[in-house]
Amino acid sequence: MVDWLDIGVIAVLNGLAIGLLLFVVAVGLSLVFGMMDVLNLAHGALFLTGAYVAWSVAGERPTWTGWLVALAVAAVSGALAGGGLSLLTGPLARRSHLAQALLTLGVALVVAQLLSAAFGDDVRGVNPPPGLTGTVAVAGNAYPTYRLALIGLGAGLALATYLVIERTSIGALVRATVADREMVAAVGVDARLIRVGVFAVGSALATTAGVLGSPIYNARPGLDSTILILALVVVVIGGLGSVRGALVAALLIGQIESTGRALLSDLASFLLFGALAIVLALRPRGLFASTIGGRP
Amino acid sequence: MSVAMPGKDRSTPTVGPPVAVPYRPTHARLGWRAGVVAAAGVVALAAAPFFLAPYATTTLTRMLVFALLAASLDLLVGIAGLPSLGHAAYFGVGAYAAGWVAAHGTPAAPVPLLIAAAAGALMAAAAGWVAVRSSGVFFLMLTLALAEVIQQLAESWEPVTGGSNGMYGIPAVTAAGEALTNVAYLHWYVLLWFLVGLLVLWSLSASPFGATLRGIRDNEPRMRAIGFPPFRYKLAAFVAAGAVAGLAGGLLAAQQRLVTPADLGFTTSALALLAVVIGGSGTIWGPCLGAALVILVRDSLAPSLGGRGPLVLGLVFIVVVYALPRGIAGLRRSRRERQPLSKAGERDE
Amino acid sequence: MSDVLRCVGVRRAFGALHAVDGVDLAVAQGARHALIGPNGAGKSTLLRLIAGGMRFTGGRIWFDGRDVTGTPEARRAQLGIGQTFQHSSLFRTLTAADNVALAVQRRRGRSWLPVPHRPAWAARVDEMLTLVGIEDRAHHLVETLSYAECRQLEVAVALAAEPRVLLLDEPAAGMSAASTAHLLDLLRGLPADITLIFVEHDLDLVFGLATDVTVLHLGRVLMSGTPADVQASAEVQRAYLGTGRRGDLFGTERTTGGEHVASST
Repeated sequence: MVDWLDIGVIAVLNGLAIGLLLFVVAVGLSLVFGMMDVLNLAHGALFLTGAYVAWSVAGERPTWTGWLVALAVAAVSGALAGGGLSLLTGPLARRSHLAQALLTLGVALVVAQLLSAAFGDDVRGVNPPPGLTGTVAVAGNAYPTYRLALIGLGAGLALATYLVIERTSIGALVRATVADREMVAAVGVDARLIRVGVFAVGSALATTAGVLGSPIYNARPGLDSTILILALVVVVIGGLGSVRGALVAALLIGQIESTGRALLSDLASFLLFGALAIVLALRPRGLFASTIGGRP
Repeated sequence: MSVAMPGKDRSTPTVGPPVAVPYRPTHARLGWRAGVVAAAGVVALAAAPFFLAPYATTTLTRMLVFALLAASLDLLVGIAGLPSLGHAAYFGVGAYAAGWVAAHGTPAAPVPLLIAAAAGALMAAAAGWVAVRSSGVFFLMLTLALAEVIQQLAESWEPVTGGSNGMYGIPAVTAAGEALTNVAYLHWYVLLWFLVGLLVLWSLSASPFGATLRGIRDNEPRMRAIGFPPFRYKLAAFVAAGAVAGLAGGLLAAQQRLVTPADLGFTTSALALLAVVIGGSGTIWGPCLGAALVILVRDSLAPSLGGRGPLVLGLVFIVVVYALPRGIAGLRRSRRERQPLSKAGERDE
Repeated sequence: MSDVLRCVGVRRAFGALHAVDGVDLAVAQGARHALIGPNGAGKSTLLRLIAGGMRFTGGRIWFDGRDVTGTPEARRAQLGIGQTFQHSSLFRTLTAADNVALAVQRRRGRSWLPVPHRPAWAARVDEMLTLVGIEDRAHHLVETLSYAECRQLEVAVALAAEPRVLLLDEPAAGMSAASTAHLLDLLRGLPADITLIFVEHDLDLVFGLATDVTVLHLGRVLMSGTPADVQASAEVQRAYLGTGRRGDLFGTERTTGGEHVASST
């Protein structure tokens, strides 16, 4: 009985860590889609890029400097990539959303191939910064310190994102654009700036998450698809364009991924998809979709 | 209901000015030019084993299999307007089913193939029932998620699918008791069923059912306002596409005699979508060309590209999305569409 | 003559906004029933509610004596409620003939048929196109049609579905005087067994065609009656303009020199 509780606590903590990490990844995806109807299928590749940046900069024996540099490099390159993606998809905006999504798919393939060429196909392990490599006693078990730190950091990022979106004027602008893009343009705000900005920030978050998640996931080919699908599920369940939705959904998916896998191992995927199907059956636009603005 | 011509006298039933040629649905027309090209193509494909080295023939056979997959996806993407990123799932299901039947049932043609098509259809019916409720990007995401689940299933259900190693050592297809291991015979077998599958797809596309799908693609709310409930038609399209994809999977199993979870995976689905976009969606034959190009780059040119075939494909994809929105088929179409059809329905060229 | 369509207490709210606030409507078989009212009166919303494209928040609707309140849009269309849209809603990548053919196919063809065939109802497509006057554009893609031609095609498609009741949402919107006159002729020429319910701002069209008029204001019925009754009603004029001058609104009386046309008060 005590063992079961221990395992439960561990699984829940893992779920929190994964969930918060997923939130950081998914919030960018959700906002980009909510604001500009662009489904960025290269989002997973951004995460993978971050993971490889962590490995190449920080490596297997990282220092704190190494880690901080990795985070900085990832954030900057993510922002640049995001800006680039927004410019690439801009001309297609008039054609169709599918065309834009397909473009990002092409970019995702190219990026994944480039990464594979540069880093090979082996799994590249990354270690946490010194001081966070050990374990801490939690509920009588040894739990990796890094994951606790990740929970803390993830919670901090989630709070920061919430405050920015809900309490600042930039956040108000973002929310307004999600709700009614044309109205915002009519009011005189330059839509292109917003577009580039959101893309850049969202992508930077994805690459940063890649660095943060590298000790857990390691850098390897195929990780981009895995993360992309998880992020997509989070975004769909949470509702496009909703930060709150992304958080709730990410925590939910995180729990399913960890607790589900602990209990049901391979069948956890069915849980995941089952959750998606149930949510979509009851609320076809996601849990927190914004209904104003008339977007189908 | 008889309709009167505008004017004062409402009671006269109308006969308008005599019509030269009665209406025929645009997409049902098959010009004789297209027929000739198609026939020539079939002859060339059939004669290939006599002119090509065995390895080249095998590559051509692989192109046919992938082309059928891409064409089936086109029914969904190009004609019904349902962009699916998980179509390989039904391809893989068909492949596994055919392999299993060949190993445990009978390898006699065409049994594994028909079972493969049925398996693809069934899986598509189950998945489509959920996925088709949504549209556009939601649909894209749902199909992706569904395919992931199916791939997971393939990887974990070891006793049946062989797990992550895949199903290998599939017995060769037998026709009239004789195993088809000869490259040429196998090629003709695949070609035959490729043509059958393509004919089914073309028929659906040119039929009233296809017209209904195009209507739903172009303007679903209008279709509802005319009296069409869209869900059942979209689901039917999804199942039909899944069946043909399953058939293609069965051909894969017959040709490669090996099926792995990767055949169900995201990469295969993405490549199929690439083929559709490069070839030109909505035409059925365009994606076949696109598929040939994809296989060519991935398999034949890969060594000379340093194994970076997918990279080239990704770049080609990006270029095509920008420059050739209608794909290769669009090159022909945009030239023709500047001239409207004459009354007889033929273009004045 | 019994009513072909009846609405009782129909409501549609968007949060706190009551777009349609308890509307009773009775449409006689064969009538040409106009829905007019100032902007925001809820006319288009009411039309959509009748067609089934939007759910009621309250009230009931009967079509041909049958309660269709819960019936989905496609089924209502099959039962005989047809509609045209305010912003032309057509199949853009298809030809004009193909557009009409879809509607004809719904009624006369077999939409599930999986093999290509030459339809027996082919003549009907040409008939419909000729009726609205765009038969020379039959094989042109919708993308290449002019605005007026699109509006005409819109009507052709709706008629081809053989509706018993046809809902027209601002059919003359954006049309020139000549096109509007042509449209008026077309609508006048429709057989008596079709019932028309139309929303229009062009009052010349309304009073040239309507047998009954219902005036909506702020989601409620202001009055319902014959065109003459509505024209004479001071209440209606107040709702539109805030003045009581008949000539300002209906323009059927010529103003003599010296009389102000612009509203004051």
